[in-house]
Amino acid sequence: MNDFLRVAWIVMRKDLTVEMRSREILYTTVFFAVSCVLVFAFALVREGQPMEDAAAGILWIAIAFSGTLALGRTFERERHTETLRALMLAPSDRPAIYVGKLLGMLALMAVVEIVLVPLVGLLFHAPFQASPFWLVVLILAGTLGFASVGTIFAAMLVRARSRDVLLPVLLYPITIPVIIAGVRGTTALLQSTPDEPMARFWAALLVFFDVVFVTLSLWTFEPLMTE
Amino acid sequence: MSKAFTPVAFIVLALFALAPAVVAWAPFEQTMGLVQKIFYYHVPSAMLMFISAFVCGIASAVYLFKRSAAADRLALAAGELVVLFGLIVMVTGPLWGRKAWGVWWQWDAKLTSALLLWMIFIAYLMVRRFGGPGSEKLGGAMAVFGMANVPFVYVSSMYWRTLHPAPTVVPTLQPGMRGAFYFCVTAFVGLYVLLLTVRRRIGEHEAEVERLHLALED
Amino acid sequence: MKSRVSILIVMLVVFGAMTLSAQQPGSSTPPDGFVPVNAAPQVDQLPAAPMVIAAYAFVWVALVVYVWFLWRRLAKVERELADLNRRIQTR
Repeated sequence: MNDFLRVAWIVMRKDLTVEMRSREILYTTVFFAVSCVLVFAFALVREGQPMEDAAAGILWIAIAFSGTLALGRTFERERHTETLRALMLAPSDRPAIYVGKLLGMLALMAVVEIVLVPLVGLLFHAPFQASPFWLVVLILAGTLGFASVGTIFAAMLVRARSRDVLLPVLLYPITIPVIIAGVRGTTALLQSTPDEPMARFWAALLVFFDVVFVTLSLWTFEPLMTE
Repeated sequence: MSKAFTPVAFIVLALFALAPAVVAWAPFEQTMGLVQKIFYYHVPSAMLMFISAFVCGIASAVYLFKRSAAADRLALAAGELVVLFGLIVMVTGPLWGRKAWGVWWQWDAKLTSALLLWMIFIAYLMVRRFGGPGSEKLGGAMAVFGMANVPFVYVSSMYWRTLHPAPTVVPTLQPGMRGAFYFCVTAFVGLYVLLLTVRRRIGEHEAEVERLHLALED
Repeated sequence: MKSRVSILIVMLVVFGAMTLSAQQPGSSTPPDGFVPVNAAPQVDQLPAAPMVIAAYAFVWVALVVYVWFLWRRLAKVERELADLNRRIQTR
């Protein structure tokens, strides 16, 4: 077990070190997320008044879109240098590699979200500060759910043709429950009096989704990644 | 194909030829009237869509862990049939809903989960077709993850208003309706088994053709 | 194969158009189970027959097209197989 966590930690640190040297994915993803929100602002803000209840949806769409971009870029780098194959040849637990990649992905998406949440709050007059605890729980659980499925599909797509198109094609239908739960939960928090029991229900659903899909990913990563 | 194929094919053909008459003879429904008759084709298709999704998901799991090519062919055949029966469900459903509810579409739990399941399997077919080498595994993962996804979609869209009749309507059917309904279910299940068999047969032949091509090259 | 993809696309477009033209839900309450009566009610605001006929026609067309597609594909692959077998034997 100790070994497992050590491998996961090393893989994550490796990803983050590579990223910190160029900051390519970080910068491009944050910029993409910001422009995504701006596009929505131009489309949905009329005469200074944003559309009602739009903030939650826009936040989650921006998370999903920028997450897809980051996933694609992260694994494109691995493919370019053939390092994923090298990783898979290492005498270590394969699921540990998955966990490491997932943690790296989560760290990256967390940084993007730290920029996104205030921006959406500002542009769409959304009171995100009303109940910060449940907001953080929803976003963390939602991001984990999205990234857990995304990491395994992006890892598999490294070998496939037309991987850029196939990643969103595969990922979005599977992660629809995350988007539904994230949007509904966040909307409940943005009411004039935050509806916390509702947010708790959606957060619970997200946690349940995380448990099922992380387990499923750990279970299938080995057979999926062996050639 | 087994010896049973031809007789079964004739029986299914006869059932399908008789189905319109049986449906026409079934009693009308009180509030929905004539349009409720879509039920006799809509529900069996929906049942087969979900069953086929599970066949595909389980066969894919078997393929991933046991590396059985036969399981993979079964999964592909079942995946294609999910999309076929899903298409029937997605076209007959709105036609019924337009008349019975006044809307073509409703974000109800059953409708949403059926649509999502259908989309997942369209994505599955796209991966199998455009994924290139290694797409069997990718598709397998898609089927397994997609199968696990259905309950989540169902629960999350439950919080919308539900218009769709519950599946419990089936055991409470009146005798005249029940006979016609099970007649149609039998016809559809028979057809499903036939199509699955033929589609698997095609897969087997294609694998054999590939093997022979390689043998010729040597 | 291409024809199948194009059929799928046409269906998607039709279906998408239907979904887009959806209106707000009516105020009708959901029925609890089906109650049979002997004649079709006369007071139907929307004609039901075209819906039923369209639905049934669609089911038949979809099934026939798929069977036809399977049949063609099976014939093609069986021809290929026979051809390959012959070539292997004459070698």
